[in-house]
Amino acid sequence: MDMNEIKEIFFQECEEQLAELESGLLKMNDGDRDPETVNAVFRAVHSIKGGAGAFGLDDLVSFAHVFETTLDCVRSNKLEPNQDVLKVMLKSADVLADLTNAARDGGGVDEARSRQLIRELEALANGEMPAASEPPAAKAAPAPKASAPAPAAPTPATAATSEDGFQPIPFSFDDFDGEEQPVAPYVPTCEVLFVPKRDLYAKGNEATLLLRDLSRLGEMSIRCDMDKLPLLQDMNPEEAYFSWKISIATDKGEDGVRTVFEFAEWDCDLEVRTIEDEPEAVAGDDEQPMQPVPFDLSILDDASDVPAEDEPPVFEQPVAPAAAVEVASNVVKLAEAPKAEARAALAASPAASQAAANAAASTAAAPTIRVDLDRVDRLINLVGELVINQAMLSQSVIENDNNGVSSINMGLEELQQLTREIQDSVMAIRAQPVKPVFQRMSRIVREIADATGKSVRLLTEGENTEVDKTVIDKLAEPLTHMIRNAVDHGLESPEKREAAGKNPEGTVRLTAKHRSGRIVIELADDGGGINREKVRQKAIDNDLIAADANLSDEEIDNLIFHAGFSTADKISDISGRGVGMDVVKRSIQALGGRITISSKPGQGSVFTMSLPLTLAVLDGMVVTVAGQTLVVPLTAIVETLQPEASAIHSFGASQRLISIRNSFCPLVDVGRILNFRGTQANPVEGVALLVESEGGGQRALMVDAIQGQRQVVIKSLEANYTHVPGIAAATILGDGRVALILDVDAVVAASRGQPLKQEMSLAATG
Amino acid sequence: MSAHILTVDDSASIRLTTKIALTGAGYQVTEAVDGLDGLNKAKAGTFDMIVTDLNMPNMNGLAMIEALRSSPAHTGIPIIFLTTESDAEMKSRAKAAGATGWITKPFDPEQLVKIAKKVLGK
Repeated sequence: MDMNEIKEIFFQECEEQLAELESGLLKMNDGDRDPETVNAVFRAVHSIKGGAGAFGLDDLVSFAHVFETTLDCVRSNKLEPNQDVLKVMLKSADVLADLTNAARDGGGVDEARSRQLIRELEALANGEMPAASEPPAAKAAPAPKASAPAPAAPTPATAATSEDGFQPIPFSFDDFDGEEQPVAPYVPTCEVLFVPKRDLYAKGNEATLLLRDLSRLGEMSIRCDMDKLPLLQDMNPEEAYFSWKISIATDKGEDGVRTVFEFAEWDCDLEVRTIEDEPEAVAGDDEQPMQPVPFDLSILDDASDVPAEDEPPVFEQPVAPAAAVEVASNVVKLAEAPKAEARAALAASPAASQAAANAAASTAAAPTIRVDLDRVDRLINLVGELVINQAMLSQSVIENDNNGVSSINMGLEELQQLTREIQDSVMAIRAQPVKPVFQRMSRIVREIADATGKSVRLLTEGENTEVDKTVIDKLAEPLTHMIRNAVDHGLESPEKREAAGKNPEGTVRLTAKHRSGRIVIELADDGGGINREKVRQKAIDNDLIAADANLSDEEIDNLIFHAGFSTADKISDISGRGVGMDVVKRSIQALGGRITISSKPGQGSVFTMSLPLTLAVLDGMVVTVAGQTLVVPLTAIVETLQPEASAIHSFGASQRLISIRNSFCPLVDVGRILNFRGTQANPVEGVALLVESEGGGQRALMVDAIQGQRQVVIKSLEANYTHVPGIAAATILGDGRVALILDVDAVVAASRGQPLKQEMSLAATG
Repeated sequence: MSAHILTVDDSASIRLTTKIALTGAGYQVTEAVDGLDGLNKAKAGTFDMIVTDLNMPNMNGLAMIEALRSSPAHTGIPIIFLTTESDAEMKSRAKAAGATGWITKPFDPEQLVKIAKKVLGK
């Protein structure tokens, strides 16, 4: 597994943490003061920071650090998380998400915004508790990369309390593989008094190892003080009784010495002094002059390398002190003893405990597995083939089996059932909850609310409703646009709302649910509703409708889906980005979906989107055109009708119109457009499919006959053959024939002027 | 036999980084996903050292260290905690709970190995 894969896991974790962060902050925003909520929020930022540091993502680390510091103030009740504070925090969560994305995809971020939020966060942390020593702004600057060569050269360690939380500790002890440092001609001598507390060993620190590490700093002499050693019956062999006085010649200085004892600092009393030239002068307070004892490193190494089982038994301990007065090696062995006992205790039943550890380890595996999308797609594809195959088999059996009750027939029915179940299960693998998309929306709402000065609450329901991953991925864009519209245009300003007797805070409700094999997503706002007069006037101004057109309320509402339609008086920064609801409608349609609006003046609007649960299958209408079988996506079809001769009107040389309920709609001869035939078919002999296409215009597609409705498995034409204009994809029907799936938009576009003759001929031969 | 190290962290990426660093240095590694898991595994197995995060769901690192130190069989095992806390408070609390030492996140895998060598002596 390489670093990039681990990084990818980290980013996936980040996504989870960011979601956790946001939902926690939103809960707090709703007045939740549960310490666990605050903790969860803190933990999310903390985890992101921790991981980001490990991967050298400095921008992410420094921002997360400041954020964490402020959250810590909340956690420790130094900062009251009121609405203003949470506003800054929610924005910070957004920036943190941006930084994460930038780190993942290499894009840039709005640095001015990050800096601004860093300042705001620091102000929050500082402003409320002036006494606390919060990191100054300078600390927000990017920390050195973890991979920077800093640790290579021994750096004097700062006191543990003053070190920077997000900088790697510079470790000053030497490489263990290294040779002993050659002693410089003149090196200052340090005098070290090391008095372990009783529980030094219990906390896992080891006097032996500390002394050995120390010996690596330079030549040293050591003296053991055993005055505190009690009588055998009073002694607890697991406690520390000895202390040491060490004189060491080192160029690493006092800091270097302290670094060796870094972990033991809490577990011992440590004095470190530099003696300039006269070691005796300092040692003078001791009654006995210091007796340097040669310190043999190899003895220490031996001692620590002895396996636990071979350690001298604990009962030998009392013997040791007598001999240890002058020989350090015995002291060392004694110091090792308590640990040896602990190890021995642990090793009591190695086999049994190992088995238990293994069993426990296996439960740690998360209940999910990550699988390449490609593999799932291959499986889906195969199941698609299976469905087709099963259908073909059924059809041929039915054709050859007259009475229809044979055992083959019953077996086939079971096969059909199973196939369908397999298909559903496989589709379910790709299904994911819409939650991530919904969560993204809460950020969008915040940003627009901020930009427009409106106060908005986003409510979401049915976040766990599942839909195919491809649909989810493509849902975010239209949904974002709709949310922007809802807040920018749908909701009134707080003043207007108050004047209308409404809560000044507007509500946008986003709901997802399953309905008849599709996912239905509703976006409701409690704003002013569609201003029908304005919409109508705009439509007239833009020549979308005649000035005297008689339109129902619903028809007027649906005008907003027309291309280039915008009711906003001025192009605002938010929703006026050159795209309108027509773009939304088109992207929904591209997903095989439908979108409708219903609006009540003064009470708000509801946009309802209905989308297929998967893009791998399609509800289609199977039709015949010039002897060829085609499939038209059902979602594109508004209605089907049998044209009467009186309803057909010729217009110009080749254009024909069909009148439907007093309006005219251009007729599109599918067979002609696709070059299936050279002459125009007689509309009266065929069927007209009224379709709604790109731009919202309606067209009547002329086909020869309708065979029926069917769910078909989509097969990419590009992957298997080549792109054919006018054709979206292909499928295999139950009888084994390949049928092409019509690209309605392309056909309609072709009918508008430039029929794509050259390219279209491919379709005819295909 | 190589030393056996238990790593306790709720973040899979940190666990993985830790594991790669330690196994690369020849140690045997067992993973636990939170304090409770860590405590159970530590009690069930034989470990020469424990590396744990402090801030974790279910049972945080402090509580796990305290619980381990209160069990006679687990005094003396070096416990190193990972921390990004910049204040000394967390560190002293962890030390008071019985931790041996710490490594400040973000850590360099080499640092982790050095610390393992430091407290294990091999």
